[in-house]
Amino acid sequence: MRKAAVLALALAAPGLVAASGSLQAQSLYHLGRAATSAEIAAWDIDISPDGAGLPPGHGSVAEGKAIYALKCAACHGDHGQGKPMDALAGGLGTVFDAKSVRTVGSFWPYATTLYDYIRRAMPFPEPQSLSDSEVYAVSAYVLNLSGIVPDTAVLDAASLAKIVMPNRDRFVHDAKIDIGQPQPGAVPAVR
Amino acid sequence: MEQDVLPVGLERDARHLVTLEPGKAVLTRRNLVSAAASLAASGALGAAPGKAAAETIPSRPEWQQRPGAELMSPPYGAPSARESQVIRRARHGSPPPPTNYAGISLTPHQNLYGIVTPGGLHYERHHSGVPDIDPDQHRLLVHGLVERPLIFTMDDLTRFPSVSRLHFLECSGNTPTWGVPKPGLTVQDTHGLLSCSEWTGVPLATVLAEAGVRPEGKWLLAEGGDAAALTRSIPIEKAFDDALLVYAQNGERLRPEQGYPLRLLLPGFEGNTSIKWLRRLKIGTAPFQTRWETSKYSLVLPDQTIRQFDFVMDAKSVITSPSGGQSLKGTGFHEISGLAWSGRGKITRVEVSTDGGTSWHDAALQEPVLSKCLTRFRFPWQWEGAPARLASRSTDASGYVQPSRAALESIRDGRSYYHNNAIQTWAVAANGSVVNA
Ligand code: HEC
Repeated sequence: MRKAAVLALALAAPGLVAASGSLQAQSLYHLGRAATSAEIAAWDIDISPDGAGLPPGHGSVAEGKAIYALKCAACHGDHGQGKPMDALAGGLGTVFDAKSVRTVGSFWPYATTLYDYIRRAMPFPEPQSLSDSEVYAVSAYVLNLSGIVPDTAVLDAASLAKIVMPNRDRFVHDAKIDIGQPQPGAVPAVR
Repeated sequence: MEQDVLPVGLERDARHLVTLEPGKAVLTRRNLVSAAASLAASGALGAAPGKAAAETIPSRPEWQQRPGAELMSPPYGAPSARESQVIRRARHGSPPPPTNYAGISLTPHQNLYGIVTPGGLHYERHHSGVPDIDPDQHRLLVHGLVERPLIFTMDDLTRFPSVSRLHFLECSGNTPTWGVPKPGLTVQDTHGLLSCSEWTGVPLATVLAEAGVRPEGKWLLAEGGDAAALTRSIPIEKAFDDALLVYAQNGERLRPEQGYPLRLLLPGFEGNTSIKWLRRLKIGTAPFQTRWETSKYSLVLPDQTIRQFDFVMDAKSVITSPSGGQSLKGTGFHEISGLAWSGRGKITRVEVSTDGGTSWHDAALQEPVLSKCLTRFRFPWQWEGAPARLASRSTDASGYVQPSRAALESIRDGRSYYHNNAIQTWAVAANGSVVNA
């Protein structure tokens, strides 16, 4: 009886379900099951720029250097200079040049992105294999290669979230149309 | 009007009208009249018929002398072996990628017709290979700022009310042809990170409504189940507008390289945001600033800012035939054909120029013309044999007009790399060869 009512609702007003999406107090279709907090915790690996999501643990530049030599250098170069894969350091001050070298040090706006990305995707052949503390350590080393943290740095959730990347303020959220602007009804002007 | 051979200009396009006898081609009166009428209607008939070209083709070819292949050879049909050159490939003119697990492959638009890209020719862009996901073990988690965090199986998702829609997907790195044009490039190189499919799935809004998004929820993080666990932040308005959770493409389950068993599809947005192998959706208050919206897919601008979240693919078009690397076989009639599309809605107009943009003429738009979908356009052309510069320019329902390269490069350049929607020009030489110009 209840199922039939739901169906009738969806058929009568297909837009209703979508339009009321954020307000809907009840499930309409009763598909899927509740996620437990343990399940969510195990899958919830993203880190926000304010540091939300950064796990416990810590790692030093020195520890990171050893991990890097073993697990990263073959692809990113002994000092993050790149070859065969992306350079991770260098290129400071070249971002707006005709031939820019965009690296973690020269380009990235947030250190939290570095932690997030290494933890989810690196080392490339074996992603999500490093411990949380190892990720802090190797992040510290990669940042140290560009002089963003000192040789003595030890990173944890609090200190990593506080790092201000050199290029931070250059990033703008701006989706404006920059050419060919909509002109309803207008004859094309750009020749 | 009975003739032994075809006028040269008709030979290629009207071949289906011909009954072949040993050593000669015969065109019936009725067929010749209708072929001539359609050419005249297109305004293309003008040049005198060329010289006779006799052919020697057996009246009883080899493939008519015995039964052909058995049924279901193979059970899942494949293209003719004679079309083996129609394949995806890497981009010519770019250095080879350092790894074959992260990179691109390109759709061969020079060989395709209509608007639907065959599944096996859809472009690829992967960041850590193509996972082999067991659909029975695949789950979608919806959590964050929701009333009811939920986990869905593939069976759950396919039970929701479904929709099918035709949409293009374009990588924002399509057409990285800033600056001086490289003559060797084909349309596969310049525009191959573009494909179009019929996608079937459940509106994301339906699934989000099940979880109940809280009013503070403004951004959504979508995460892939590949080895890169690729993530992008999506404005919640898009999720409730026309976003789809897709499990089928062109009538069959998704291809592995297109996200099997589940992908996000954000019509009109840059391809990277349509997360493949989708396994997690998290609702938050602000962008998550993932690697793929900071280090990549951001635009370095001349004013020394770096633009993020430039999602929409602006109006664009390209002539696919004739195009770079092809050559015109003789003067006379040639159909100029190509594709137009816009992430803002329907294409309303496509103009074609044969003189490099000095004069423009309206092209015919092939129905159906759909929102955020490829539109096929056609323009009949009589080539007299002089060098020509072929270009197309599209306008969409918002009034946006595709810019010239000079106009686009007056405000941005190769440093921004992504979102190059400038007019593409192909130069036709007197010998009929066509090159990127
Ligand atoms: C087998 C080679 C390989 C190894 C080993 C490897 N990486 Fe990578 N790395 C890659 C590839 C390939 C990419 C680019 C992936 C893509 O295109 O999305 C990459 C990208 C990166 C990036 C992003 C670069 C940018 O500017 O966007 C960072 C940071 C990084 N790797 C860090 C590491 C760290 C730290 C390690 C060691 C723990 C490591 N990588 C080990 C291959 C490797």
